[in-house]
Amino acid sequence: MRFLLIIPTVFILVTTVFVLMRATGDPITAALGGRLTPDQLAERIHAAGYDRPILVQYWEYLTGIFTGDFGTTISDNRPVIEVLSQYGTATLELATYAVIVALLLGVPFGMVGGYFRDRLPDAVLRILAILAYATPVFFAGLLLKLVFSVWLGWFPVAGRVSTDGEIEMQIAGADSGFMLVDAFATGDPAVVLDVVSHAVLPAAALGLLTAGVFLRLVRTNMIGTLGADYIDAARSRGVGERRLVTKHAWRPALIPIITVAGMQIAMLLVGAVLTETTFEWRGLGFQLAEYLQARDFVAVQGIVVLMAVVVAVTNFLVDIIAALVDPRVRY
Amino acid sequence: MTAPEIAGAEASGAAAAAPEHLEGRGAWFKKLPVVHQLRQSVGLQRGMLIAGLVLTAGFVLVAVLSPVLAPFGWSQLRDLDGAFGAQQPPSAEHWFGTTVGGYDVLSRVVWGARTALLVVVVAVASSIVVGVLLGLVSGYFGGWLDRMLVVVADAIYAFPSLLLAILLAIVISGGQSSMWGGIFAAALSITVVFVPQYFRVVRAEVVRVKQEAFVDSARVLGTGHWRIMTRHVLRNSTRTLPLIITLNASEAILTLAGLGFLGFGIEPTAAAEWGYDLQRAVADVTSGIWWTALFPGLAIVMAAMGMTLMGESLNDLSDPRLRSRARSRKVAGAVAATSVEADTSVAPVDTAEPKQKGDDA
Amino acid sequence: MSAVATITDLAVSFATDAGPVRAVDGVSLDVQPGEVLAVVGESGSGKTVTAKTILGLLPATATTRGAVVLTGRDGRTTDVINVPPAQLRAARGRDVAMVFQEPSSVLNPVYTVGWQIAEGLRAHGDVSKKEARARAVEVLRTVGIPDPEHRVDHYPHQFSGGQKQRIVIAMALVLDPSLIVADEPTTALDVTVQAEILDLLRTLRDETGTAIVLITHNMGVVADLADRVAVMYQGKLVEQAPVGDLFADPQADYTKALLKAVPKIGEGRARAAERAAARTEEWKAGEPVVEADGLTITYPGRFRQPAFTAVDHVSLQIRPGEVLGLVGESGSGKTTIARAIAGLTPVSDGSLKVLGTQMRGAKGRQLKGMRPRLGFVFQDPATSFNPLLTIAECVAEPLVVHGRFASPEAARGRVDELLEAVQLPRSYGDRFPHELSGGQRQRASLARGLALDPELLIADEPTSALDVSVQARVLELFSELQRELGFACLFVSHDLAVVDLLADRIAVLYRGELVEEGIGEQVLGSPHEDYTRRLLASLPVPDPVAQAERREALRVLHAG
Repeated sequence: MRFLLIIPTVFILVTTVFVLMRATGDPITAALGGRLTPDQLAERIHAAGYDRPILVQYWEYLTGIFTGDFGTTISDNRPVIEVLSQYGTATLELATYAVIVALLLGVPFGMVGGYFRDRLPDAVLRILAILAYATPVFFAGLLLKLVFSVWLGWFPVAGRVSTDGEIEMQIAGADSGFMLVDAFATGDPAVVLDVVSHAVLPAAALGLLTAGVFLRLVRTNMIGTLGADYIDAARSRGVGERRLVTKHAWRPALIPIITVAGMQIAMLLVGAVLTETTFEWRGLGFQLAEYLQARDFVAVQGIVVLMAVVVAVTNFLVDIIAALVDPRVRY
Repeated sequence: MTAPEIAGAEASGAAAAAPEHLEGRGAWFKKLPVVHQLRQSVGLQRGMLIAGLVLTAGFVLVAVLSPVLAPFGWSQLRDLDGAFGAQQPPSAEHWFGTTVGGYDVLSRVVWGARTALLVVVVAVASSIVVGVLLGLVSGYFGGWLDRMLVVVADAIYAFPSLLLAILLAIVISGGQSSMWGGIFAAALSITVVFVPQYFRVVRAEVVRVKQEAFVDSARVLGTGHWRIMTRHVLRNSTRTLPLIITLNASEAILTLAGLGFLGFGIEPTAAAEWGYDLQRAVADVTSGIWWTALFPGLAIVMAAMGMTLMGESLNDLSDPRLRSRARSRKVAGAVAATSVEADTSVAPVDTAEPKQKGDDA
Repeated sequence: MSAVATITDLAVSFATDAGPVRAVDGVSLDVQPGEVLAVVGESGSGKTVTAKTILGLLPATATTRGAVVLTGRDGRTTDVINVPPAQLRAARGRDVAMVFQEPSSVLNPVYTVGWQIAEGLRAHGDVSKKEARARAVEVLRTVGIPDPEHRVDHYPHQFSGGQKQRIVIAMALVLDPSLIVADEPTTALDVTVQAEILDLLRTLRDETGTAIVLITHNMGVVADLADRVAVMYQGKLVEQAPVGDLFADPQADYTKALLKAVPKIGEGRARAAERAAARTEEWKAGEPVVEADGLTITYPGRFRQPAFTAVDHVSLQIRPGEVLGLVGESGSGKTTIARAIAGLTPVSDGSLKVLGTQMRGAKGRQLKGMRPRLGFVFQDPATSFNPLLTIAECVAEPLVVHGRFASPEAARGRVDELLEAVQLPRSYGDRFPHELSGGQRQRASLARGLALDPELLIADEPTSALDVSVQARVLELFSELQRELGFACLFVSHDLAVVDLLADRIAVLYRGELVEEGIGEQVLGSPHEDYTRRLLASLPVPDPVAQAERREALRVLHAG
């Protein structure tokens, strides 16, 4: 039943964005004010319909979102939906890498930390996790770039693929938007390697941040469940410590972990925006920064609404997954 | 009726009931948040708390003393010897080098602490006031208002914080502005992001406290709502606040830096801001100029780390399950006070207390 | 045959926030094969710590000295305290197993009970999935779970409290250990369920020959199940004796006092009769303080679940100066009735008049006049005081709220009087609630309830969280004050003996309905209703001989 909350949540998010964006006035003036004469401005505003009653605009905006119409950008005059679909995949790809890094590092080390709480392995892991959290992802990105790209020359400085690789992809007709998929489609190992080497640093920067959060989350929940009576009870029947951690404590701990991990998707997207800017990874975040510079608020509104809805829907799906894992909800 | 020794047991159990508290009597400062926890902590948790306190104190000191500590002004481009020059490596004159815009990096790092501190203080203070008030009223009275506020708070809580802050920064300042304008714009943007957090935490606590028997007891007496809220509920609902404050403070620093990094900070001539400096350093890094990025970045890390360390250790200490205690090497200690009712935070010594299963309802 | 467990000079201390605290001090005990050894004591006696030490389950904050040697069925010995972890692990489950207090928290909520039983088997050797399942079904049948082939795949939340405890026992039983440590195995259960679990344990001992260490605070349980008894007090062993000797002729002063403090059914009968005789006709005709007529309380169902009826058409009366004891098991609605009378829970249907005010649909303002005439004592003394106010401020609260005094300071004189009335030193007024023991807090709670000199006092399980010796003192004080001040009282409890001690009349509730009501002699002496009889027969009495007879009677009752 509480799953139905997704509807008011999305509605509130979408409305909040609209109200905030309109509170500054109309987007045309914001973007082009000063560069056009007042007459020209008024004409553009009238053409785009920004002089109509606010409620009419709001209604149009809501129905537009449902039909996939997010308006047209002001700076480069493209449908916003086209921008979203073109760059969304890049952001999704980066986020996927980061989640993989985070799962590989955060979950096992979180379990280790939880089991060895307050002893040396835990102390080291915790300090590292706090360091990962306290380091802004763009600073971590700059440091990685400085050391591994500029000084050591191991990885490219920026972008998602080199020009040669991009040309090969175009020839092969691979345009899924997921660079790694497209690279495999060319069948050229050099292109795959090229794409991977571009992805390593951004994935590491965003992945480490997320891993720190996951580690903390897993650790806390493991400590909670390891202190539960049923763990003592299983121990009293001679179940080994390793199995206590990996089976008996892990599964009950997983339910809160899934729920809270779902909430971190918002943090992940914010991290992606900043990481993309640092590494010129041409995804939604990078575009968002560009449009912000251009004060193109129609585009900004579209990107923000999309991200907010993605977060809300992900949380919704995560809640359902958590409920499926929990036998108490099923019956 | 009963033998004297049983009566004695009850009395002695009480006398030794909570030595922690008795010991603190008369020394009020030992009961202050943080100070109390510092005395209570051991081992790693104590180390983390102390490290956090030191880093945070350093950050605050630098912020307060920035006019004394900084060799130059934040927007100073030249001194009596002429212009500083752009992208100069660290030297005796400019310990941390100069930026692409020709500013002294050390000075901007020092002045940046002041900006960060002001934003943190304004943001945290205003979000506490609003969040606590809303949480208290909503949690206490319940009803449709409560349900609506919860849905709204949850929705905003799920909103990517930096994006919300960007939207608010656009609304409040139109993007960029003067020192105080920029600080308030940034602080208020962060406030709106934080209010749902305080709201959720305080509301959850209020709902919990509201069900405690002592609130029921006040209700039976016919105590007025206002008196129950202020005298019984509010003060018992704020125990987790020091923890969130510290964690939020570090998040505020990171959000401010993120805003600056995306170009929504404060103009370089209006105030120094670490995130903005990092944005300007992105191009430098590509050409191997490291000092313009490293120092402001480290400043952010240290400030955020100090508060996170503090928050994390406070979190552990506030939760008996997570709190570690010094383990004695030999069997030691007096026997008397092992009663469960003496102090619930005592290790699970004896759970013999007869627990009648709760009646319905 | 040698002992299955030998404890020699055991001492345990814990690191706490307040420094090291010693929980067990120089305890030596041994358990013979097939015997039930009861370890009795009140909170803080160290009995649970001793039990956990037998399995090596103490938390990391504990420091231990001494020896605990277990002997398995194959004659292998293990010193739990000084053994490498791998060997300790091997001994757990095989040589010794444990049954815990709270069955709902010792079962892993996300695994089926069959899986959890199988885990014990897997830990001690390679067993195939099929075999493990077969063994699980078999052991579930042994402990009396109906339809075990099907139920083995269910999750813990699908079982009732008593069934959960049976499953916990099954888990302990599956490896056929020579010793089972049962830590308060029936404390979390209702008295009728308790009788069933005690029966099960007895049968298992007889059939499998496993020894049982029974940790309990309940003297009735001891009398019912134990062969031998060890009494602990403040970490030390004060007395050890066969069960018959201990009850017939206790040696240690502490044991004597403990036995004397246990309330027994029938103790209050003479007093109740005397009080009843003193009542005049005029009193009987007068207006009752509480008058419930068809009182019904339902909790609305959320999200399309049906509404839950907690109290169903209950009619009862309390006259001035009269003590009505309200008894029932969990879920009987007794606390709901108490809360409704105090205006904490709204009345759904029927009529409830309290001190002349109709509670059904009453708003805050209409209750204003009645509130100062009513006092309430809550169940858990740990939470019924605002932890940030001193005892004096808490007790003064009713006086200040109802305008008798301007501030808690001004009320201090009256507060001191009240504290003295409940036999607390005046200086305790300056203490904070957590600085008092449970019994002292409950007396302060009584002082607060009586601050306005109410005509009606509602006491909701006021002694169920207290140790038996403390309970005795609080009950005695309560009874004295009631005689002196003459307030009417609704006394809610799950313990028949406690109610019998205090009440003029007793009302028995079962699943929201009033089953039987009358004077103690009639309800407890010659009950009309089956449920009352079962309830009465399930209550173990602290006398091994009498208890054996009652057990037989209960068996007949069940058979019939």
